[in-house]
This record gives sequence, structure tokens and C-alpha cells, in this order.
Amino acid sequence: MSKYAPRKAQLAREFLEKPTPLKGARADREWWEMPVDFHDGNWCFPGKPETLKEIGFPNPRKWAATDEDWQLPDGWQKIIHDGLKERLKKFRSLKLYLDACVRCGACADKCHFFLGTGDPKNMPVIRAELLRSVYRNDFPMVEKILKGFSGSRKLTAEVIKEWHSYFYQCTECRRCSVFCPLGIDTAEITMVARELLNLIGVNNNWILAPVANCNRTGNHLGIEPHTFVQNIMSLVDDIEELTGITVNPTFNRKGAEILFITPSGDVFGDPGVYTMMGYLLLFHHIGLDYTISTYASEGGNFGLFTTNEMMKKLNAKMYHEAERLKVKWILGGECGHMWRVVHQYMATMNGPADFLEEPVSPITGTKFTNAASTKMVHIAEFTADLIKHGKLKLDPSRNNHLRTTFHDSCNVSRGMGMLEEPRFVLNSVCSSFNEMPENTIREKTFCCGSGSGINAEEFMEMRMRGGFPRANAVRTVKKQHQVNALVTICAIDRATLPPLMRYWNPGVAVYGLHELVGNALVMEGETPRTEDLRENPMAVAEEGEDDDA
Amino acid sequence: MGIVINGTTIETDENGYLVNLEDWTEEIAGQLAEGEEIEMSDEHWSLVKFLRNYYDEYQIAPAVKVLTKAIAAEKGMDKKEASEFLYGLFPKGPALQACKVAGLPKPTGCV
Repeated sequence: MSKYAPRKAQLAREFLEKPTPLKGARADREWWEMPVDFHDGNWCFPGKPETLKEIGFPNPRKWAATDEDWQLPDGWQKIIHDGLKERLKKFRSLKLYLDACVRCGACADKCHFFLGTGDPKNMPVIRAELLRSVYRNDFPMVEKILKGFSGSRKLTAEVIKEWHSYFYQCTECRRCSVFCPLGIDTAEITMVARELLNLIGVNNNWILAPVANCNRTGNHLGIEPHTFVQNIMSLVDDIEELTGITVNPTFNRKGAEILFITPSGDVFGDPGVYTMMGYLLLFHHIGLDYTISTYASEGGNFGLFTTNEMMKKLNAKMYHEAERLKVKWILGGECGHMWRVVHQYMATMNGPADFLEEPVSPITGTKFTNAASTKMVHIAEFTADLIKHGKLKLDPSRNNHLRTTFHDSCNVSRGMGMLEEPRFVLNSVCSSFNEMPENTIREKTFCCGSGSGINAEEFMEMRMRGGFPRANAVRTVKKQHQVNALVTICAIDRATLPPLMRYWNPGVAVYGLHELVGNALVMEGETPRTEDLRENPMAVAEEGEDDDA
Repeated sequence: MGIVINGTTIETDENGYLVNLEDWTEEIAGQLAEGEEIEMSDEHWSLVKFLRNYYDEYQIAPAVKVLTKAIAAEKGMDKKEASEFLYGLFPKGPALQACKVAGLPKPTGCV
């Protein structure tokens, strides 16, 4: 395990010995009197100066969160004050969220970081208060009336350190907002806080490096076009070896009906590449007229975790490319935050994408009216529709070596309300699907603990703490149903859940939904399958047994 | 941060990876390997050279699956054996340790 992760025994001892609000203990002081602590494992390395220069972000320099002096730019208070003022004008939601909170505390114990740390500043109500307290001081209408009671405070360098710590201990997952009686979306407060921090060069390299890469090459990993093609063609060879089927993806092909865009983690990362193999098999199976772009080679958008403008810029490339290639619409792969951007912001940010057509499945004729404005369809929905119409030949018993559970990705479940489609697909391609406890799934799903660009290795302690509630729910089904496969539809999940499982639940592997689809698909002309896409032995039907058994 | 070779400091990042790809020499690789508690054998060197050649051509470290396949082909192993071989050389994983010794940057994003 990473040197940045604490021993489990150490966490257990801490929980037993330390008084914590998790056990009903009252803190010995007010939250604003608690000092900020940076130690190995709880902060992300800052953006590199050359990365900041590349994307034109302010105050490039070398620094560390553990430094006493963060080398903030001259006049940084004014920059933050003006920045907040501007955003309050621009985003009415922000003003509403800052004004409306009555501090009822319904959100307090809903955050995975609070549950994993017991730190009161990880209660969403207080996380928002970190910014709200400065807002109250700056815009003192309320302060004038409630002098001394409104919780306002001055903006100091210590406050900036606190913001940096706690707005990166929020994964923008929005579980808290499900429980807020006023519907306050703390994720949007975190987004604005991070945007303000970026104005003065307080940032995170694990976010800015992918942003710079995407800005330059079209994807977070910085994969150049020829490498992108080589990676996918290598998977094509693997598919041929396993199934005897030669799939024929095309790249940057003008006039294809559909442009397929997925996170670059699916092209490069393990286990994402197996999900990619699943997509390729599926598209071949149905004879889809599609192409893959080496420029719009990323579905994810780490711009979402930096600034509104950067998010807009990175999102635009997908649509530029769709327009250039003259496709009818875009099919999007298994990604989490990409769908928050596309589903909730795209239509008014770069859209409406009127140069594309309202998506219609060429195989079933189904109109995806929900994507009428964005022209982008989620692959789980696309595949569910194929299965519903009996267009796929599937043998779920080929996944009999897997006892599955499903992790709802925060941004797909809460960000676009997609709950049933992935379950329908999963139930169609495997025989053992076991739900985790009710309050940990669907719109109440627990985050992987590393979303929103904090999946850096040096943040491992916080990741293992923040992922604890999710891991604990997996542990339940592992015990009850011997679950050994955690299925998900997000590339960050596929990157972050494996270490989380190794830490808390050894023996549970992480899969993409379409990897299981790829295992179950009975391809015309295939050689007898004996191994799954990972080249592990798969359940093979006994001779004489019905294929569909 | 950095490593010192013959009195000259070579810049590294917080994780100990070289900041500048072109700073790499075999001497530096030896020192980076020492920091990882790895004793470099001929097999180690040949893998490190493979990684650097791959980077020259593709501007990114190879995906683990691509690397495993290439090693399997070269050594006449099956892929499982090749994977065990790689982890035998670099126990913390070819993506992390081998790339560090080869002076390549660590990939970032959904990985």
C-alpha cells in the first residue's frame, strides 16, 4: 500500500480513543478556533509552475501546503473579494445557497469525509460556512442586523489554508444536498471556492496537469493521436486473440453516424481498458456506424474542478469535433463527472448543439428525447435500449465467476438521475447481482472518496478515510453474498476503487459495466470462449447444456 | 528537491520523479533505483531502455497492458508470466517504479 496511507490499526485506535462527533462527543472549541493541519497523506501536491503557465493560470511558483508562507500574490485579499463579488452576480445559485442555509444540520453526518474523519469541518454545513463566514463579512447587510451572531470573519492567510484543505476534502458528490431540506448544493459552493483559490494560485497538480494535457492533446493523460490509436489497436489484437473476432474501430472518420467519446482512462488505465474492449465488442456486434476521435479523446472534464471557463473550453472540443466530423450525434462512455457537465451545464454553456441531430438509436429506432438539447447519449441508456429490444445475443452465465454489486457513480445517479438503466444492463449480463444497503445506493450513493480530481497518490490517507462508507457497504454484500466484483460506470471509480478495495476489502475486484457486457456477448463467428476479457477463466457451459442456462 | 550527482543537483518532483526528461543518464537511473531499493540487473536495464524508447516514440509511458504484451512477445512468455516477471523486477509496479527509474513522468488523470 502507499506510504501515504495509514495503517488500519492506527485508524481503529484513533476511533476508539479520540473523542469525536461521530460518537456524540462535543468538540472542545468552536470550529473557527481549530487550526488547519497538513501532514503526509492529507494534501495534494500543488500545480507545477510550467503547468500553470501553459494554461495561463495565475501565480505560478513552487510551494507546498506544509510551507509557512504560501507566496500569495500581492493584493490577494482584493482578488478573492472581487472574485466572490463577481461570482455572486454571475451565479444566482451561489447567492441563494449562501443566504438560505438555516444550519439545521440535516447534512452533517451525510458526508463520507465527515464519516471517515470525524472532523467537524467536514460537515457540509460547516464546509459551506468556511466561505459563508467571509461572505457575511464582505457583504455585511446581515452582519449589520445580527452583529456578533452571524458568524462573520475576516479573510486571513489562515482562512485560505483552511479553504484549500477542506474544499479539497469535498468530492463535489452532492450526497449532502439530497438530505438538505432547502436543496443547497454544497458542490457548487466547493466549485466556487476552488475557482477563487485558483485566482491566487492555490491549486492541485492532479487536477491542473490533466487540464493542461487536455487543453493541449485533447485528453487528460496527454495521449498523442498516434499513441491513442496504438493503444486501441492493441486492444483490438487482444479481442481477436480472445474471441477470434476482428473489430474495426475507425478514427476521425468524417460522415460516421455517431461519434463515440469516453474517458481516456478507458484507453490507457487498468482496469478501464477492459471496459473499452467491451464497447468495441458491442459496437461490432450491432454493426454500429461510429468513429472515435483522437482530438476529442476525453469524455471527462477536469475543468469542472478548476474554473467555469476552463470547463466550458474543454467541453467545447467534443462539440467542435462532432461538427467537424459531421456526425449525427455523440455517444458517451462510462464516465462520472462528464455527465454532470453534459447533463447540467452543456445546454446553456456551449449549447444548444443545434448542428447535431436529436439522437435516435440506429438499431432500435428509439428517440433519446432527454438528450434533445445536448445530443449526447449515455452508453448505459443506449445498451439498455438494445437489450430491451432483444438486439443483443447475451449469455449471462459467462459472468458466473463474478458475484457482483453495483456502485452508483455520484454524478450519474445524482447528476443526471440515471438509476435503473445500468441495473437493467447488469441484470441482463450476469446471474448474481446483489444490492448494497438501501441508504448507500441510487441517489444516496456513497462517493468512492476520490472524485473531483483528488485521486492523487499523496492524498491516500484522506482517500481511504473518505472511501470508508462506500467500502463498508461493499463489505456488507461481500459478507452476505460473497460478492467479488464491484461494477461501476465511471473512470475515476475504476481508478480509485481498486486501491480502496485492496485497503478495506481485499478480494473484491473493480469492473466496468461494459466489460461484463463484453464477456456476455455471443459474437457471430466467435471461437469458443474460455477466458473473460481479463484473461481469467470464465464459466463455460457444459456440453449439452443450454447456452442460455 | 533533487538528487545530487558529482556535485550537481538534478531536479526531481515531490514524488522523486525527474522534472526534465533530458536530465536522465544511466548514473542518475542507478541512483533513482537505489532510492527504490532496487539493485539493477541486466533485465532491469533492458526494461528501462524499452520504456525510454517507447516514450521517445509515443510521448507517454506505455499502458501496463501494452507493456506486459511487449515483454511477453520479447521473452516468449505468456502474459501472466510476463506480468509476474515485471513485478519481480519492480515490485511496486512498472507504472510507478520502472518509470521513475527510466526518468519518465507519472501519468495523471483517471488512472
